[in-house]
Amino acid sequence: MSRAGRIARRGFLIGSVAVAGGVAFGAWRYTRPLPDPFAGTDAGALNPYVLIDADGVTLVAPRADKGQGARWLQAALIAEELDIDPATARIIPGPVSAAYYNRALIADFMPFAPTDTGWLAETARGAADIPARLLSWQMTGGSSSTADGFDKLREAGAVARETLKQAAATRHGLSRADLNTADGAVILPDGTRIPYADLAVEAARLEPVTDIVLRDRSQWRWLGQPMQRADVVAKSTGTQVYGIDLVLPEMLHATVRMAPWGGTVARLDPVAAEGMPGVLRVLPITGGVAVLARDTWSAMRAAAALDVAFTTPDTAGDQDAIWAALEATHDAGAIDTRRRDDGDVDAAIAPGDFAAEYRVPFLAHAPLEPMNATVLVTDDACTIWAGTQVPDFAVARAAALTGLPQTAIRLENQMIGGSFGRRLEIDFIAQAVEIAMAVPGRPVKLTWSREEDFAHDQPRPAQIARVRGRVTADGVQALDLTVASPSVIASWFGRVSSAPPGGDVSITTGAWDQPFAIPHFRVTGLRAPETVPVSSWRSVGASSNGFFFGTALDEMFATAGIDPMEGLLRLCDHAPSRAVLEAVRDLSGWTGRAGGQGRGRGVAFCLSFGVPCAQVVEVEDTPQGIRLTQAFAVADVGIVLDPVNAEAQLSGGMLFGLGHAMNCELTYRGHAPDQTNFHAYEGMRMHQTPAVQVRLLENGPLRGLGEPGVPPAAAALGNAIFAATGQRLRQMPFSRAVRFA
Amino acid sequence: MELIVNGQRRSLEADPQMPLLWALRDLLGLTGTKYGCGIAQCGACTVHVDGMAVRACQIRLADVTGEVTTIEGLGTPDAPHPVQTAWIGEQVAQCGYCQSGQIMQAAALLSLNGDPTDEDIDRAMSGNLCRCATYPRIRAAIRAAALRMGGV
Repeated sequence: MSRAGRIARRGFLIGSVAVAGGVAFGAWRYTRPLPDPFAGTDAGALNPYVLIDADGVTLVAPRADKGQGARWLQAALIAEELDIDPATARIIPGPVSAAYYNRALIADFMPFAPTDTGWLAETARGAADIPARLLSWQMTGGSSSTADGFDKLREAGAVARETLKQAAATRHGLSRADLNTADGAVILPDGTRIPYADLAVEAARLEPVTDIVLRDRSQWRWLGQPMQRADVVAKSTGTQVYGIDLVLPEMLHATVRMAPWGGTVARLDPVAAEGMPGVLRVLPITGGVAVLARDTWSAMRAAAALDVAFTTPDTAGDQDAIWAALEATHDAGAIDTRRRDDGDVDAAIAPGDFAAEYRVPFLAHAPLEPMNATVLVTDDACTIWAGTQVPDFAVARAAALTGLPQTAIRLENQMIGGSFGRRLEIDFIAQAVEIAMAVPGRPVKLTWSREEDFAHDQPRPAQIARVRGRVTADGVQALDLTVASPSVIASWFGRVSSAPPGGDVSITTGAWDQPFAIPHFRVTGLRAPETVPVSSWRSVGASSNGFFFGTALDEMFATAGIDPMEGLLRLCDHAPSRAVLEAVRDLSGWTGRAGGQGRGRGVAFCLSFGVPCAQVVEVEDTPQGIRLTQAFAVADVGIVLDPVNAEAQLSGGMLFGLGHAMNCELTYRGHAPDQTNFHAYEGMRMHQTPAVQVRLLENGPLRGLGEPGVPPAAAALGNAIFAATGQRLRQMPFSRAVRFA
Repeated sequence: MELIVNGQRRSLEADPQMPLLWALRDLLGLTGTKYGCGIAQCGACTVHVDGMAVRACQIRLADVTGEVTTIEGLGTPDAPHPVQTAWIGEQVAQCGYCQSGQIMQAAALLSLNGDPTDEDIDRAMSGNLCRCATYPRIRAAIRAAALRMGGV
């Protein structure tokens, strides 16, 4: 049983979350106290992030870890001020509570470019804590965990540290100012060491000390230094327990076979499947069928053999119709958002100037851990063990399904084997709740087959962009980019909560907000009809706009005979972004597109989630096909808090972008994709991986790095292939047009 | 039926058609071996049978005649195999879900070839999918493990 479960049955409650949380942001303008996530649980909570009891220190890391290292970084942020080696603390995801809302994510919903630090933009971002608290999102996403946690987690550690010092000062009749802390203990002036655990009961009687000053980074002991992530040993020895590995007493296994998107079960004959070995029950659920069995394999075998027929909806569910709907959206031209409209593009662009159309396909998230959730439903409670980025939404859905109050729903977030946005969805959790309701008192683990995962992913949308522009020997004079896409935000919100009104700026994110001084510059988003459900895929709108924008600029530079690195630098009017371009130029030893001996180089840039990232890719045109030889990436995250992991995120993000650009797409037929497993959706493999060099800069604001490595990759690769072969690629995946070695 | 897994004789009641993967995970509680695709396209379920790397999703219990070694049997957090030590040292894992299979595949490679070239590594490892794309560190860890195992 988890740590949170054990805490619930012991101890004492210290301090109030409202006070401890209040100081975390300095001045609250909103006075309703936040709920105490450990209220009624007798937890030894110094604040919602630090729990101390006789066994030691527990740090609460509420942002979900999908492999990006969030759990460890959150713990390190708290531990740095608490003066405890984070490797010696327990780290738990904590309960679902509004106390853990995500301020940074909401701030990025504000309609200001991430480079806009003007008064209005800063004020609006600062005010974002109010709607965030009202929505009480405990969401993980938008590369926001670092920015969200940087101050409040360190402040939580500092409040806990000073309160423990006050407890020791009171006990010994000393002044708190004369005490020190180190390695999980308060140090008295005579050198006596009092472990934090010995002070917990006395600290419980104190008001938390809130007059704290955060340490300067020159004093940091762990942050900014090479650290070993706490999960690395477990993940190298097969001992990391993911949600899919959970084993509970009396647990049953289940899988599902769902109707194609929008369809229903037309006919079901359960008799043959129920007679198969190991199968306990065939169970209709919303939108499909579940099979309950004694083991996963028996469930999957029976689900595959199930005698079932599905209906499909009478809407565009075939790929040709989907492309036609996107073209029709362009032709209709109804504007959804237009966040950039500088100068006068219509006057500046003449007939015969640059014009091109680009296409990106649907892409699956396909994290390697298939979707799974374990649920136990009893008469008066529901417990969910699942990896999720949106625990609030999962709890709300479980309450709606079971008819139980939300307070009766407990969710224990699990270590996640990859997500790339997939675990922003709660479909698999809702299914597991429905199944568990049929066998009250027995925990049920639902495990999807990989085929189910491909069939019922909510992919990154297919999109079409049309670009017009004017370029002279002096550089790009005008750019008019229009993107047609279904709305990820409306589609996703509609599933997990309710769709918000207004335009979807994510359609043009990664284009309208780019730091380029183009005299005539317009970016328009058009909302296409939703043909299949779509969702956030690592870097969301920037995943495709980075390709559209980076390729179109490269084409215009080539037309005018401008070196693309020089062309980008000439356009860029944002100092941290310029520094990133200059650094990738130097890191790659850039001397131009041509590499000699069949080699070509491409460069691309994208500012996403506030992180400027520039990449150079080198390819060689060989008799076996295009071979990726080298790849370079530079990004600016403000402060590199966890250097070993930051390098991994940037390298991994770039390679993720390259692999999908090379050979991945979902094509739909009857609302189901043709691609059913990894044989048809390869992504990056070892033998195709280029040599990678990355570098991180610290000139801009503090930001997270889970996503920003992705957006420039496809354009950098396509531009490199153009440099090597003269062939311009305007549609992903590139394997449609070229062969890769 | 009986299996020898990680040096121990284990008896289990199971359909002989059941893939070794699911017997390990659901019947023997050895969850370090992962399900990723079920069709030998991802390598997450890689185990050793008599020292050879095999995809546990593709071998039926009835066909398992040799000794099975899983990631749990290769080494432990307190006593890791040299390949695991290298994986820890290079901090290869991101989500980590594929890494049991990657490590088992790499250990099998190094047991046959103590000094693999880049091409040898490509050939041996390309069937093991890492969605986080940790490949550069996997390559570095294999090189580090080769040095370590060679006693250099």
